[in-house]
Amino acid sequence: MMASANSADQVFVTLKDVIVAQVPAPFQTLVSILISVAMIIVVFAALFALTTVFERKGLGRIQNRYGPNRVGPWGVMQPLADALKSLTKEDIVPKRADRLVHYLAPLVLVGVVFLSYAVLPVGRNMTAVDLDTGVLYFFAVGAATELAVFMAGWSSHNKYSLLGAMRAIAQMISYEIPLILSSVPVIMMAGTLSLVTIVEQQNRYTAGIAHWNVFTPWGLAGFILFMIAATAETNRSPFDLPEGESEIIAGYFIEYSGFKFALFFLAEYLEMFAVSGLGITLFLGGWSSPVSLLAWIPSWLWFFGKLLALIFAFIWVRGTLPRLRMDQLMNFAWKFMLPMTLIVILSAGVWRFLSPGVVGPKPLGGVIRWLVCALVILAPYILLARMLERGRKIEKRTYRFAE
Amino acid sequence: MLGEGIIQGLVETARNFFGSYTEKNRLVTVQYPEERHELPEASRNFPFLLYDGKDPEAGLRCVACQICEKECPPRCIHIEKSKDKKPDFVGKQQAYPAVFDIDVSVCMSCQICVEVCPFDAIRMDKVYELSTDDRFGGLLYTKKELAKPNEYYQKIHPVEAAETDGRRVKEAEEAKAKAAAAEAAAKAKAASAASAAASGPQPVVSDAIAKEKQS
Amino acid sequence: MRDALLDRDVYEPEEGEIMEVSMGPHHPSTHGVFRMDVKLEGERVVKLKPVFGYLHRNHEKIAEHGAYLSAIPYTDRLDYLCSMTNNWGYVLAVEKLAGIAVPERAEYLRVIVAELTRFQNHAGLIGFLLQDMGASGTPLMYAFREREKILDLFESLSGARMMCNYMRFGGLRVDATKEWLDEVRALVGRLPQFVDEYEALLRANEILLARTQGTGVLPRELAINTGVTGPMLRASGVNYDIRKVDHYGIYDRFTFKVPLGEHGDVYDRYMMRLLEMRETLKLLEQALHDIPEGPVMDPKVRLRGLRPKAGEAYGRIESPKGELGFFLISDGSGNPYRYRVRPPSMINLTILEDMCVGENIADTVIILGSVDIVLGEVDR
Repeated sequence: MMASANSADQVFVTLKDVIVAQVPAPFQTLVSILISVAMIIVVFAALFALTTVFERKGLGRIQNRYGPNRVGPWGVMQPLADALKSLTKEDIVPKRADRLVHYLAPLVLVGVVFLSYAVLPVGRNMTAVDLDTGVLYFFAVGAATELAVFMAGWSSHNKYSLLGAMRAIAQMISYEIPLILSSVPVIMMAGTLSLVTIVEQQNRYTAGIAHWNVFTPWGLAGFILFMIAATAETNRSPFDLPEGESEIIAGYFIEYSGFKFALFFLAEYLEMFAVSGLGITLFLGGWSSPVSLLAWIPSWLWFFGKLLALIFAFIWVRGTLPRLRMDQLMNFAWKFMLPMTLIVILSAGVWRFLSPGVVGPKPLGGVIRWLVCALVILAPYILLARMLERGRKIEKRTYRFAE
Repeated sequence: MLGEGIIQGLVETARNFFGSYTEKNRLVTVQYPEERHELPEASRNFPFLLYDGKDPEAGLRCVACQICEKECPPRCIHIEKSKDKKPDFVGKQQAYPAVFDIDVSVCMSCQICVEVCPFDAIRMDKVYELSTDDRFGGLLYTKKELAKPNEYYQKIHPVEAAETDGRRVKEAEEAKAKAAAAEAAAKAKAASAASAAASGPQPVVSDAIAKEKQS
Repeated sequence: MRDALLDRDVYEPEEGEIMEVSMGPHHPSTHGVFRMDVKLEGERVVKLKPVFGYLHRNHEKIAEHGAYLSAIPYTDRLDYLCSMTNNWGYVLAVEKLAGIAVPERAEYLRVIVAELTRFQNHAGLIGFLLQDMGASGTPLMYAFREREKILDLFESLSGARMMCNYMRFGGLRVDATKEWLDEVRALVGRLPQFVDEYEALLRANEILLARTQGTGVLPRELAINTGVTGPMLRASGVNYDIRKVDHYGIYDRFTFKVPLGEHGDVYDRYMMRLLEMRETLKLLEQALHDIPEGPVMDPKVRLRGLRPKAGEAYGRIESPKGELGFFLISDGSGNPYRYRVRPPSMINLTILEDMCVGENIADTVIILGSVDIVLGEVDR
């Protein structure tokens, strides 16, 4: 039972059609593409501005203080002040830096990150480019960000930035694999790489609840693993060792000042939105609503609502956890995340095998299927955790007291 | 190792986040400059000179004994004694400072000058909004800027001011009583000398018997 | 290669590129202006040289030129977070030199303010340690909320939050009112809950455990040989607390325990301070319960122009950082002939290289944080 489209839902699509119809025929595709690109840039850059304030005030409230509240009501004009500041700062390039690469690195980073928004279905019929191989395109473009990070670190001719860049490369490459593997179960179940089709398949309702992938055990575990790998990909805390603020002071973008620094920040946040958007699309049902009762709320509102919730989760985790060390990060990726993603794939296969009708009648069969697949994931998780704990000699200690 | 410590930490953080909206005592920020933190009574910042009455020159308590200048650890006080004298609150003739400079950029508000002053002339202020754009003279406070009335002291340190004022009132009364007694003694002596000169040689009466006769 | 003294394997650098990094004086995590010249092989530390002296302010020479009374405000600024205990160390040395006795109430009040100082220092330190680990300031802000309450108490007692200048030879400068003592009792009643919350936030956190256990191990023998004191020594398993050894003040009237660690790593040092916070609260409760009425200053003592007889004295206390000692030689005049501070932060810092060699550079910062230095004391 698909929810029907209404006019509030399609308001942007109809607006775009109206504008494109004004233009003479040979230019219509070009104008349509330009409008999509402009909309993506405007919307996500505005979301970036809002997120900087949101993050600072959120972190402040977690730490029992106000965030910025001087510039504008509740500090919402703070990004404007920050943008003005970064535009007017002196642009310092180290003397022995490789000038061309130093200049290009932030541009490449921002450009590549914007490219990944092309395949995200932001609402019903609101994907910029409906590629058949959407997931593959997204991951390919996401891997190109690592190149830009290394360009930044190498060209600065500074030991700190080189350290930061090497750490960043090692981390991002290691976490690409769990990221991709945790999305494989979704692709398996959907049978297609196209993001639009994946969302539409989750837009079906049984007894009022949607068929989101996150409501299945392999979907839930896959979502958690995906978000952990996404945190590592975008260098957010607790995986922000490359920009380890208290150790090597900003790592690979230490030699950047002024607007280029702001561009690195922009790229980091945009990548966070993009990868959260992919997570929402694959696991949380994209633009669909969880219950059919609320399906009248516009689809793009649902998408951005879920995006804001995930951003809040990122901020929450940042405010709580200390940083992991480099070798611990690597251990975590290769020894824990990789086996867990393979087990999730196994669980998805078991789910498909135990399709309703094989085990028992409809409701009971569904419950048994859920429990069996959950067990397939939980048992190896506990075993693996215990094994790693023994290997690393972490213990609960008790202390003696002297008189 | 199963991640429950991390979950515990996240729960604690969330509790603080929501608590900062609902509980009053979680969010302790004072929104300066709209609100100002109320300083406790004993708080001290930089010294100032006290004067009684309305005229800072005439009522200035400082007698330029230079004890605070000697005891000040970073030597930020500069005093030059005057050549003439003026009476203080008990009537004694005392010198006064012609120049009394405190370099506030050196002063570390240690309060030792207040402790050692025998004349209750220098006390600690509570001001902290003293920034100026004059790099060389702006933070050198002269006698004119340092002198503040006793009413100001009573406003900022009420308990200390009450104790100091009580003591000074008592000292003034004692000094007055002593002065009255000394004056009466001098008058009696003058009267007895005059009567002795008027009535010719008299048997010598000792002073003690004469005093007994009068009291 | 096995190092006999450190009793563990020491990393031997192979033929490779050694990168020399100066974690320079301007650094967010070096607790002040402090520099470490680190030679790295990849991410491992091969050699580390600490360079300090950026905050040297001639404290000892200034104290030798001024009177005994004028040195007290300068001692506030040694370990600027714990000014009350600094004052106590110096005043203890002068009292030993000149043979001055201290009234009862003054002794109790000294214990109360010293233990409050210890509490706020340890709370702040654990917050700083977690800030260095990247927890973006959240535990630090919680600790500072409690520290602010203690500093407000100091302000209403002595007039200043941090540079208290409160203790004098033969007692204290001013007496504490009954309202102040009641406020301290109310605060001490609320603090155990804070310590529990703080511990819950961090004790079971796997990331914290993984980063701090086994890092920066200081073996027991090396700690004793180097002269390390304070919580760092007790984390390596040596039972040495000057409050128990010297019985200075009236500490022998109170019952409190001394926590001891086993492994001597960063986790043990951090737990030492957490457990000491609890013991401090017990001490405070006992002192607040037993405090008598009376004067706080011996009226016959000359503060101005104190001229102790010629001789020498060494007064030491258990400051929150370690053994803080003041060595005074008097030649009978109003200025000390020789004034020497034994700074616990600097002496604990001498062992930094041995703890850091073989660890990652990311751990260097944590190990430095667990040593608990304050540059005012290291450089004087």
